Amino acid sequence: MPFLQAIWIVTRKDLLVEFRSREVVYTTLFFAVSVLLVFSFSFVREGVAIEGAAPGILWVAIAFSGTLALGRVFERERQNETLRGLLMSPAERPAVYLGKLLGILLLLFAVEIVIVPLVAFLFQAPLFRHPVLLLGLLTTGTLGFAAVGTLFSAMLVRTRSRDVLLPLLLYPITVPVMIAGVRGTAALLQADVDLPMARAWLSMIVFFDVVFVTLSLWTFEAVVAE
Amino acid sequence: MDFTSLSFVNVSRSYGRRWALSRVSFRCNAGEIVALLGANGAGKSTLISIAAALLTPSTGSVRYGDHESRSTPALRQRIGVVGHDLYLYPELSAKENLTFYGRLHSLPDVGARVEAALGRARLSDRGDDPVQSFSRGMRQRLTLERALLHDPRLLLLDEPFTGLDDASTSALVARLLELKTRGGIVLVATHDLEVVDGVVDRAVVLRDGRVVEMPGSGGSLRERFRLAGS
Amino acid sequence: MTSAFTPLTVLLAAMFTLAPVLIIGAPYESSMGLVQKIFYFHFASWMGMFAATIVCGVASARVLFQRRAASDITAVSAAELVVVFGIIGLITGPLWGRKAWGVWWTWDGRATSALVLWLIFVSYLLLRRFGGPGSERLSAAIGLFGMFNVPFVYWSVNLWRTLHPKTSVVPTLPVDMGLPLWFSTVAFLGLTTVLLALRTRLERRKSELDALHLAMDEDERE
Repeated sequence: MPFLQAIWIVTRKDLLVEFRSREVVYTTLFFAVSVLLVFSFSFVREGVAIEGAAPGILWVAIAFSGTLALGRVFERERQNETLRGLLMSPAERPAVYLGKLLGILLLLFAVEIVIVPLVAFLFQAPLFRHPVLLLGLLTTGTLGFAAVGTLFSAMLVRTRSRDVLLPLLLYPITVPVMIAGVRGTAALLQADVDLPMARAWLSMIVFFDVVFVTLSLWTFEAVVAE
Repeated sequence: MDFTSLSFVNVSRSYGRRWALSRVSFRCNAGEIVALLGANGAGKSTLISIAAALLTPSTGSVRYGDHESRSTPALRQRIGVVGHDLYLYPELSAKENLTFYGRLHSLPDVGARVEAALGRARLSDRGDDPVQSFSRGMRQRLTLERALLHDPRLLLLDEPFTGLDDASTSALVARLLELKTRGGIVLVATHDLEVVDGVVDRAVVLRDGRVVEMPGSGGSLRERFRLAGS
Repeated sequence: MTSAFTPLTVLLAAMFTLAPVLIIGAPYESSMGLVQKIFYFHFASWMGMFAATIVCGVASARVLFQRRAASDITAVSAAELVVVFGIIGLITGPLWGRKAWGVWWTWDGRATSALVLWLIFVSYLLLRRFGGPGSERLSAAIGLFGMFNVPFVYWSVNLWRTLHPKTSVVPTLPVDMGLPLWFSTVAFLGLTTVLLALRTRLERRKSELDALHLAMDEDERE
């Protein structure tokens, strides 16, 4: 079976399952909005957002929602041991990993489509001044976070204390992505926009993605085996 | 790839400080139904997982036919597993679950096979209902068809009769016999000695991870099982 | 335990006795005075942590791809050393910073990077502790990812902040300041090696004990 086809079969199944209940997308979205609300109480003074707060708020909301979504998606695979069912099938293991990753990415993009305008709106941040670069930062940054997150969630599926271990393991390792995402977005929001800087941050995330997607593909089979 | 036997060669598996399986060796041939018997904790599930290429033995090996195999896509294409867990997505319908597995196995005529499988599971009228609305017996029938959808050469079952009513039990036994006639290898780990008595060709008894001798004839399976190892 | 162990330990003891002498003898740095002298051990312990990171990463790769159980022993020992040396660095750093610049923590590039790496290996140990059986392979993934993350952490944090004395401080130090620094570094690297050897020996004894239990279990069933 062609590799790409296998990936699509897995992703399509995930989208179908999600479409049936819409549980993860609704709860993650609601959670992201709640996070924004909590931040606004800290970072809005006299009706105006503190300068420079918006990028941090955006990326923290993405990280927190991402962790929640990852947890829920893999909890589903734990019920009825369907992850093991996937591993028992003839599909190649890297294809299973990429299929799950693509599903998570689509889910997170759906959440971002809502919260990016919301952040722009609530915190008076001109996020859409440079849409192409912003899109670049968001896609590559989400990919970096999700790539490592998908691997970790899959490997923790049968582990005790997995709910608390996932953020504990994921956040330190994705620090470079978070820094680059936040600073890159900040460079786009500054009064004197710093495009070269934003591009520098973007290229860093791209490097990170290349290295860590490759590493995840390499190690997936070894870490999900029993 | 295809193969006509399953052999365990000195298979051992340790967990920390104990051996879950210790130097297990036996062979199952095509056209045979072999029962794997033993008390809880005897190592039956571990052996089934090793045969399913989900677990690697600490020492020893498993041979599919004449060659030792690592878990490759080609090998996994020839194995079907019915385990403790259902491997079904509760939010999806019976048809969608089967179609998903059919596609994963690159089956050429997925639609037709799925319809046939639903028929054999007596679920044709419930094909579009989500699996979470099914009773345990219905789920059990569906997961059996899921395991057989791709015509596996080797079928591994771990306690498949638990919680089944009489009709479903007979249906399952019939499917196993059907697979045997078609030249498949069936290894079924079970407690339900009465059910498999007369159906299986041979029985292997595990006690504390080791194979123990059991009289090959003279009495019911349960009587012989009681005598095993003495 | 190789025969090199005892002479190495003796040599190390001698080096650590000599180090303070060298440090006292080094010239005072103009602005910070006596406080700057903590730098010798501070820098050296970071080097120790760094070395342990690489050892852990390589051992983790072997656990994952070569399935060598023995490498797991090296990996977990190295991870512990990363955390221990990291603690030394994270304590000496703020102590120095408080006296030198008046603040405990300044989010400067090098310190922050080290903190992030330290956290990664703390999470490694937490996974081992709370992950239950089978966490050897999982933590190996963390060790491997941690090692590959080192350049990215430094790159991202340093692009963000710069306040730490630049790397060039080390080569351009006058010889009087340079000798105690390199001496301390070598001493700490030696310490890393000795501690690693001790710790892996302990783990190896444990797995030998497990193997003996297994053999006994086997015999009991005969």
